[in-house]
Amino acid sequence: MLSKRIIPCLDVREGRTTKGIKFLDNVDVGDPVAMAQQYYEAGADELVFYDITASSDRRNIMIEVVDRVAAKIFIPFSVGGGIRNLEDMRAVLLAGAEKVSVNTAAVLDPGLIAAGAEAFGSQCIVLGMDVKRVSTSPATPSGYEIVIHGGRKPMGLDALAWAKEGARLGAGEICLNSIDADGTQDGYELTLTRMISEAVTIPVIASGGAGTPEHLYQVLTEGRADAALIASMVHYGTYTIKGIKDYLDGRGLPVRLTW
Amino acid sequence: MVVIIDYEAGNLTSVVRALQALGVEGEVTQKPEVVSRAERIIFPGVGAAGRAMLTLRRLGLDEALTQAWKRGVPILGICLGAQIVLNHSEENDTRCLGLLPGRTRALPREEGLKIPHMGWNRVRFVKEHQVFQNLPASAEYYFVHSYYPEPAQSAMVIGVTGHGRDFPSAVGRGNLVATQFHPEKSGRFGLQLLKNFLAWDGSHAE
Repeated sequence: MLSKRIIPCLDVREGRTTKGIKFLDNVDVGDPVAMAQQYYEAGADELVFYDITASSDRRNIMIEVVDRVAAKIFIPFSVGGGIRNLEDMRAVLLAGAEKVSVNTAAVLDPGLIAAGAEAFGSQCIVLGMDVKRVSTSPATPSGYEIVIHGGRKPMGLDALAWAKEGARLGAGEICLNSIDADGTQDGYELTLTRMISEAVTIPVIASGGAGTPEHLYQVLTEGRADAALIASMVHYGTYTIKGIKDYLDGRGLPVRLTW
Repeated sequence: MVVIIDYEAGNLTSVVRALQALGVEGEVTQKPEVVSRAERIIFPGVGAAGRAMLTLRRLGLDEALTQAWKRGVPILGICLGAQIVLNHSEENDTRCLGLLPGRTRALPREEGLKIPHMGWNRVRFVKEHQVFQNLPASAEYYFVHSYYPEPAQSAMVIGVTGHGRDFPSAVGRGNLVATQFHPEKSGRFGLQLLKNFLAWDGSHAE
C-alpha cells in the first residue's frame, strides 16, 4: 500500500536556509545541504526546497545547492521558487533535483506546464498553487482563488478549475498551499484540500497550517491528501519526523517506518 | 565499466550520483559502441514508451542493448527501462525490445486510486535473487509510474507491489533484472540494491 509522504520544506535565501533546526547541535543550521542530510537520515520521504532569493544571480546559487544536495541524499527532492522557463527547469533537474515546482510562471503562462511535461516528463512537473478563500462568484465558483507573487496578487482564477487545468496540461503532482492557513499552525485547510484532491487523479501535497501530528492525520484522511508538507513544526525541533510517523502509524495510516 | 544508457528519456543525474555514492563512476552514453564494451549496464528512463523506442532505434541502442544482453552482460532496467524490455507496451501501443517475454500494461483505473502511483511502497519478494538480498521486508521504495511490466511467465516475477491490486514491481530473467521503482531514489535500501547489482555476475538459476 502506498505510504503517505511527509515532506519537510526548506526555504533558501542566497544559498542559506532561513529557519534553523534546534536539534542540530553540531552542524551549520543555515546550510541547506546539512539540513537536507539530517532530514534524509531522520526519515523524510521527500524534500522541498523553496528558493526565495531575490538577487539576479539566484539561479546559480540555487543550482550549486541542488548539486551538493544531490550528492548526499537519495530520496526525491523538488525545487521551487522563481522557475520561469524551460531553461530554469532544465538547470535544476540536471543538477540532480527530481522535480521542479512552478507556480506564478505557470499561472501567467499555462503552456509552461505542458512544455515542461513534454520536455522532462510529467513526473517532474509539480504545479504549486497558492490559494485564498473568497466568496463564490462567477469567476471563482469553488470559493477559492489563485493568488501569485507569494500570495499578494489575486488572479481572479478559480482554484478548482486551475487544478484540473494543470493536471490536464501535464502536471504530475499538485502542491496545494493555503494562504489562509499558512503560518498559523492551526491545521491545514481541509475543505480546500479535499475538494482539489477529489477533483484530480494526480497526487496532492497539502501545504500550510501544520502545527501538530493531528493536523497531518486530518489532512491525510479527511483532506484526502497524498502527502503533507511540514516546516516550522520540525525546523524548531518541536516534533521529529519519526515522532510524527509513529503517531500516524498508531492511527492506522500507512507511512514509511524503515529507512 | 558500468554504462548508463541515455536515450533522452529523463534525467540520469540521480543514477550517476547514487553510483558515485557507492564509489563507482558510471559512464553515461548514447553510443552503441560504448554499450558494446560495457561490463555492466544500467538502463533507466522515465517518459513515454513510444518516443523511447523511437529514440533507441534512431541511436542504434536497441540492437546494442540486445547484443549485450545476449553476451550475458548484467543489465538493470529501471522504471521505463523495466517496461520497454518486454515485447510490447500498452503505452502508445508500442513494440518494445523483447528481452523479456510479456507486455507492459496500464495500472487499472479505480475510483479513488491515484494515478500515477507516486511515492513509497513495499515490495514483496516472491523469489530469491542475489540483486534483491539483504533488504528488510519492511523496506519501501520510491515509485512514480502509470504502467507496469507483466512478464509472460510468473517465474520471471521477482517482487510484487500493491496499488489497488498487486503488480510485478521487480522482474528478471537470466542476466537481466528490472525494477519498476527507482533504487537511486529509494534511500539506503535502494543503494543496497544497486550495490548488490554491482556485485552480481549476471548468473541466476531460473
